[in-house]
Amino acid sequence: MTASAFLDYLRTFIAEPGNQSPHNRFLGLELVNIERGRAVVRVPYDARLAGNTGTGVLHGGVITTALDSACGMSVIAALGKRMQIATLDLRIDYLRPAVPGEAITAAAHCYKVTRNVCFVRAIAYHDDRDDPIANAAASFMITADKAETPRAERNA
Amino acid sequence: MNLVDAIRRVREHDDHASLLEAIPYMRTMGIAVVEVERVGERRTLVLEMASGNDHIGNPWLPALHGGVIGAFLENAAIVQLLLDQEDSGTLPKPINVTVDYQRSGRVVATRAAARVTKLGRRVATVHASCWQDDRERPIATLAGHFLMK
Repeated sequence: MTASAFLDYLRTFIAEPGNQSPHNRFLGLELVNIERGRAVVRVPYDARLAGNTGTGVLHGGVITTALDSACGMSVIAALGKRMQIATLDLRIDYLRPAVPGEAITAAAHCYKVTRNVCFVRAIAYHDDRDDPIANAAASFMITADKAETPRAERNA
Repeated sequence: MNLVDAIRRVREHDDHASLLEAIPYMRTMGIAVVEVERVGERRTLVLEMASGNDHIGNPWLPALHGGVIGAFLENAAIVQLLLDQEDSGTLPKPINVTVDYQRSGRVVATRAAARVTKLGRRVATVHASCWQDDRERPIATLAGHFLMK
């Protein structure tokens, strides 16, 4: 499969609700853009996900989740075929507080793929990429060199 | 209830439910303080995140979302820090966190606890770990720095 054919396949695959992460659906996380080695996702503001009733600022964990999702998708988009991956580590620097009421966008770039490990940089921001809320560095293990099969099909 | 009042209730009355009112994310994710371990003066809060299909990241394995595990660890770290800090009127702000993932998280109830390893005037260092069946086999650990002023 060519690189652009794989990206088209991924876009169709991810658009299918049955293939989406249940937690991403729970957060209302949507894929904004995917290209070779890059992914952008967006999480709408939700007061139920605040870390503090008094300020209404989103829990840091929501930013963590948005960054982890964007990073994972950028790795899949870099690999060029479906493989199983797992987060090895994720480091996040919080640069400034998120503004209550505003959606979070996370943009990730998988800049290096090796046989076993993939390396990713990512940022989270509101509207302006040049004024980020958080900066992240992550690495992912390639756990299997083949696509996962839905459990239901495996058991069939 | 605001977070400062909630922490006061935890400190003075062991009222951990008030945290859920102050931190909406905990209630939404089914996270609660289920145990308080006491060793001398030290009180360690043990948190539990209920098992839920909404916490799944990979629907095929299935496994907990890595972000959910990171968020749970961050929550354990900040709650412990709120309890341990001397001035209960300020809210620590995360500077950075590093999450190391050691095992895939199964879709079962998960526990976490944190320890403040350095409580400075300006910066605190916190380590947290989360586990499923065996505390000695954590599924993930976190190291974080928090600004105290």
